[in-house]
Amino acid sequence: MGIKVALVGNPNCGKTTLFNALTGTNQRIGNWPGVTIEKKEGKWKENAEVTIVDLPGIYSLSPYSLEEVIARNYLLTENPDVILNIIDGTNFERNLYLTTQLREMDIPMVVAINMADLLERNGSSIDLKKLTRELGCEIVSISALKGTGVSEAAKAAMRAASNNTTPILPVYENELEDTLKFLESKLPASVPQTQHRWYAVKLFEKDEEAVTHLDLDETTKAEIDARLAQVEKDKDDDTESIITVARYDLIEHITSNCLKKHSTGELSISGKIDRVVTNRILALPIFALVMWVVYYISIGTIGTWGTDFVNDTFFGEWILPGAASLLEGMGTADWLNSLVVDGAIAGVGAVLGFVPQMLVLFFLLSILEDCGYMARVAFIMDRVFRKFGLSGKSFIPLLVATGCGVPGIMASRTIEQDRDRKMTIMTTAFIPCSAKMPIVALIAGALFNNNPWVAFAAYFIGLGAVIVSGIILKKTRWFAGEAAPFVMELPDYHAPIAGNVLRSTWERGWSFIKRAGTVIFAASVIIWILNSLSVDGGFHYITEENGGASLLENIGNMFAWIFAPLGFGNWQATVSTILGLVAKEEVVGTFGTLSSMANADLAMEGDPTMYAVIASEFFAGSGLVGISFMIFNLLCAPCFAAMGAIKREMNNPKWTAFAIGYMCVFAYAMSLMTYQFGSWLVYGTGDIPGTIAATIVLVGMLYLMFRKPAAKEHAVSLAKSV
Amino acid sequence: MHVRTLKSAKVGETLKVVKLHGQGAVKRRIMDMGLTKGASVYVRRVAPLADPIEVTVRGYELSLRKADADLIEVE
Repeated sequence: MGIKVALVGNPNCGKTTLFNALTGTNQRIGNWPGVTIEKKEGKWKENAEVTIVDLPGIYSLSPYSLEEVIARNYLLTENPDVILNIIDGTNFERNLYLTTQLREMDIPMVVAINMADLLERNGSSIDLKKLTRELGCEIVSISALKGTGVSEAAKAAMRAASNNTTPILPVYENELEDTLKFLESKLPASVPQTQHRWYAVKLFEKDEEAVTHLDLDETTKAEIDARLAQVEKDKDDDTESIITVARYDLIEHITSNCLKKHSTGELSISGKIDRVVTNRILALPIFALVMWVVYYISIGTIGTWGTDFVNDTFFGEWILPGAASLLEGMGTADWLNSLVVDGAIAGVGAVLGFVPQMLVLFFLLSILEDCGYMARVAFIMDRVFRKFGLSGKSFIPLLVATGCGVPGIMASRTIEQDRDRKMTIMTTAFIPCSAKMPIVALIAGALFNNNPWVAFAAYFIGLGAVIVSGIILKKTRWFAGEAAPFVMELPDYHAPIAGNVLRSTWERGWSFIKRAGTVIFAASVIIWILNSLSVDGGFHYITEENGGASLLENIGNMFAWIFAPLGFGNWQATVSTILGLVAKEEVVGTFGTLSSMANADLAMEGDPTMYAVIASEFFAGSGLVGISFMIFNLLCAPCFAAMGAIKREMNNPKWTAFAIGYMCVFAYAMSLMTYQFGSWLVYGTGDIPGTIAATIVLVGMLYLMFRKPAAKEHAVSLAKSV
Repeated sequence: MHVRTLKSAKVGETLKVVKLHGQGAVKRRIMDMGLTKGASVYVRRVAPLADPIEVTVRGYELSLRKADADLIEVE
């Protein structure tokens, strides 16, 4: 018979470490349906009959956060056989708060106290016997890190499941108990006796989400409302607050009985570190230094060496020529060789090239996350970013995106608040990545005499797009409604745990590799087909002899009109933009192949003659057109790899489409305004319908930026509530 | 009427929570983290850019924005 164990606990209590210790390598990682919250399941190492489900780390079972709703729905509807509640012994009081709520669910339970050894080192101790009497369930002292007690905890959970040992219900003060009994008496007969307490408490809390399916009739509802209104009046507080206070009162009672605290009056190690690391003067320089090190290792040195190796040596020298000669040796048709080598392998290879860089970066970020510094990053940077609807932790994705948007987008996973994370995913790709720099260099070289201000402008435009988008998006109804309070624990620092760091690095890297093998593979093949086939003079495969316009060129011509208001309505620029979806480097590459100059590679070398040709053929010699083209390509939909990362992190087709669509629309609006208003400034003349359109766009954007937020904020200021 | 909130507290002060204002998710979250009526709060530090603040409550460190701290009436 299989047994399901639900692992429940606060964030930072060592839940992940315990889960890894229990399951080893036997894990299945996915997402909870429809959301980006990770779902982990594994088999217990010592008994494959036992499934362990790692629920999201939560502080409470309130109906307000996604993690909490997922956890409680799981506990209520999926019928786990036992809850293994893990408690951080060094943070006993607040961890017990969740335990108090779990006790009301009528599910067999075992409490595992983690890090009790750390507590004892400070001279404090928890009386396990007394605590067992208070909670009415088995208590096991463990060290998830050292692996001690882990097996005992799982065995205790087995015992609790087979004997059906449910914990004792918490008993509150008399008045509250009376009200809860009254509410229990009002529950419909369909509710089993064992769940009476849970629903009574939820009715008391006025937790709509939990009680809607009870289908109470109107008279009962009115009776309940009247009783609760009376309680609120008597206590001069709302029912939700009354029960929260009652829970903490109960916990204070338990801790005074069971926890012997030895206070040395000395600052803890974490306290000492924080005195330096979050110091008012030193915090920012230290933060800058840490970021520089992360950037230097992942983008500057080791990560890039790895990526260059995969791109140039592994794929460039081994796989591509190897595959090409293998296929030639087999005597397959030219078009098939090209499809496999130039289409599939080159496309997937371009994406897999990011993997080493990504692994290095995620390794470093996992260390920062695991040791507790990431919470301090949010603490230090929150002020700057929340104005734009982002989180303090958004700094890292944005910084990483200057190297590559793909790991940047994936680094957004450390942001807990759903809305901040979505916003970060949507704006991260605006930052010019290293692959967009050749576009900037080409525009600067061909049209601006290599003026360094062009590169500066590119970063400025990217950052501006993030800020403007943040302001616009946070006022839309999709983001305004979900305002989450920024109330965040600053956990104690501890040395990063190798197992956790390596595991989380690999999980992120692997999920990306899988995507390269599916979506990106398909996209690369489609682009190859469009670029290699022609219907010009009969359907045929394009070779050097027969020539003819490719389907891509036809598409370029078909859609060039779209870009006419932006100044670059020719098929060459259109095709480069489309190819930019494969990889942004391609934009410049196609400039070479599509221009009338034979020697394509010169474009990359900065040859002045080539620059002159490109300037006249693509941009009609106009710097303004060049800038407009650059802006569009910097801001529009990113490459397939980055779009894949967006899809992975959003885990929702609608949000993915919205994010990519938003980028394209935003890019178009920016280029349109630049070109149309720029014409008047530079040439003193312009296109009247275009200018009108640009003016409408400008007015619309200003409206979106300065209007009132769509929905009212959750936070009500004190002035209003008093 | 003059009420004192956690927002105006100085670094190094130890205060007692008197009442929580606001509603819904924000209020519940603040309470869930242990900032309930009667809880003792020590103001540990202010972030380098003056917001948020870090407090010690129920034996652990918590950071909250001044806007949220303004919902917490203290004495």
